[in-house]
Amino acid sequence: MPEHTVKAFAEELEGLGQSIATMGGLAERQLADAVTSIERRNLSLAERTAEADIEIDRLEQEIESQAILMIARRQPMASDLREIICAVKISTDLERVGDLAKNIARRAERIFESHPQRAMPAFVRMARLAMQQIKEVLDAYSRRDTAKALEVWKADAEIDAAYNSLFRELLTYMMEDPRDIGSCTHLLFGAKNLERVGDHATNIAEMVYYLVEGEPLAEQRLRLDDTERGRPVEPEQPTSA
Amino acid sequence: MNEAAGPRGAEALADGRAHGEQAGAARTAMIQVRDACAYYGEKQALFDVSIDIDARSVTAFIGPSGCGKSTFLRCLNRMNDTIEGARVTGSFLLAGRDIYEPSLDVVELRARVGMVFQKPNPFPKSIFENVAYGPRIHGLAHSKADLEKIVIGSLTKAGLLKEVQDRLGEPGTGLSGGQQQRLCIARAIAVSPEVILMDEPCSALDPIATARIEELIDELRENYTIVIVTHSMQQAARVSQRTAFFHLGILVEEGETAQIFTNPGDERTQDYITGRFG
Repeated sequence: MPEHTVKAFAEELEGLGQSIATMGGLAERQLADAVTSIERRNLSLAERTAEADIEIDRLEQEIESQAILMIARRQPMASDLREIICAVKISTDLERVGDLAKNIARRAERIFESHPQRAMPAFVRMARLAMQQIKEVLDAYSRRDTAKALEVWKADAEIDAAYNSLFRELLTYMMEDPRDIGSCTHLLFGAKNLERVGDHATNIAEMVYYLVEGEPLAEQRLRLDDTERGRPVEPEQPTSA
Repeated sequence: MNEAAGPRGAEALADGRAHGEQAGAARTAMIQVRDACAYYGEKQALFDVSIDIDARSVTAFIGPSGCGKSTFLRCLNRMNDTIEGARVTGSFLLAGRDIYEPSLDVVELRARVGMVFQKPNPFPKSIFENVAYGPRIHGLAHSKADLEKIVIGSLTKAGLLKEVQDRLGEPGTGLSGGQQQRLCIARAIAVSPEVILMDEPCSALDPIATARIEELIDELRENYTIVIVTHSMQQAARVSQRTAFFHLGILVEEGETAQIFTNPGDERTQDYITGRFG
């Protein structure tokens, strides 16, 4: 795309994209730290992680005020308008990811009460899926890659499946030994938080798609399915039931 | 102002519904143009422009200076006829009738297709006479009372009556810029046109006067087909239902305004409306 006639506007747009990248990096880091603290029974890391969320919140507010100012001053149109709206929406999703990481870290102490060691591999596997989704979708955003965004969108079903399987596993442990109910429940809440992280990744994937194509993802995909395969298709549910 | 707000608001609502329904149904074209070319001497200013302009709706023409949008606008009521060396080809139908057919009365055409210019240009006559002039020369009024009715009606529709009713005998040139422009709109309306062409009608006005004209345009589209040339993208986005983007004498893209300003189909449109033209 050619350069903006008004260079300051181009710089502002670039700055907005950079803020999202920074925020995304922080959210990834938060999530990784939260999961590591649970996996390795590291309470001090968990506490540090819960506190670090404040920086993500600050960035979200910064992006929001940048965006409001740009709308007021530049009256953006077309792709510029989508760029700004998407940055605001993506920052909200990333802020939520930070919150969810914080929630996971905050449960550390109670999960550690009777560490449900057997469930840990499944929890970590699920966490890796969620982190992978966030990483991929941030890549898709920075490269404006709709194919990649679509992959993320579709892959959410895996996280949902992993969550359902972990849920059943934890239920078994709780029935086996009621003393584990407390920590297993907190671990289950943690897993639910990871599942929500996946949902935010799909939200961001939808934003990346809209940003590039100018049309909402769901609508577009249904139509593609319809015409390419020549038959109507049940809409896939990106969020878990 | 407030007295009029009630019924006007209700009308606007009803019109909004009607327009929403129309969006799903077929569009009714008031003007149909096919393969229009325009030349100033040797220089070609328009290249094969084809477009349908919806009845009772606002169509905005946008594009950089010299893109041909004003030239095209002036083709629609044969204003280019008055320019030495100007030549227009292609087919122009107004309500199905060829407006370039030799037997057509150009004066009558310009009554049916009125025009409002960039700079308000009231006649150096009284406010009343400015509006009465058209109906009088076109023989639309059969009595003095008739003429008064037309003048008052036109000033009302142009949203100007309340401001000038005590001084209809004063010169039109004594009004403020925004009032003068509304007087020119009243003058255009007075001869019962079907189409009103506006060539940057707000570019000489302050923001408040501009907002008044935009509000007026929105009300007028209930009864008239309006085509507006504007340099302000925001204005096009605010007042029009459809937008046409011209560049280097070519109609690059034409479509629903909401679509053009959020997700245009052509890269050149995208570059222009986001301010990326070199």
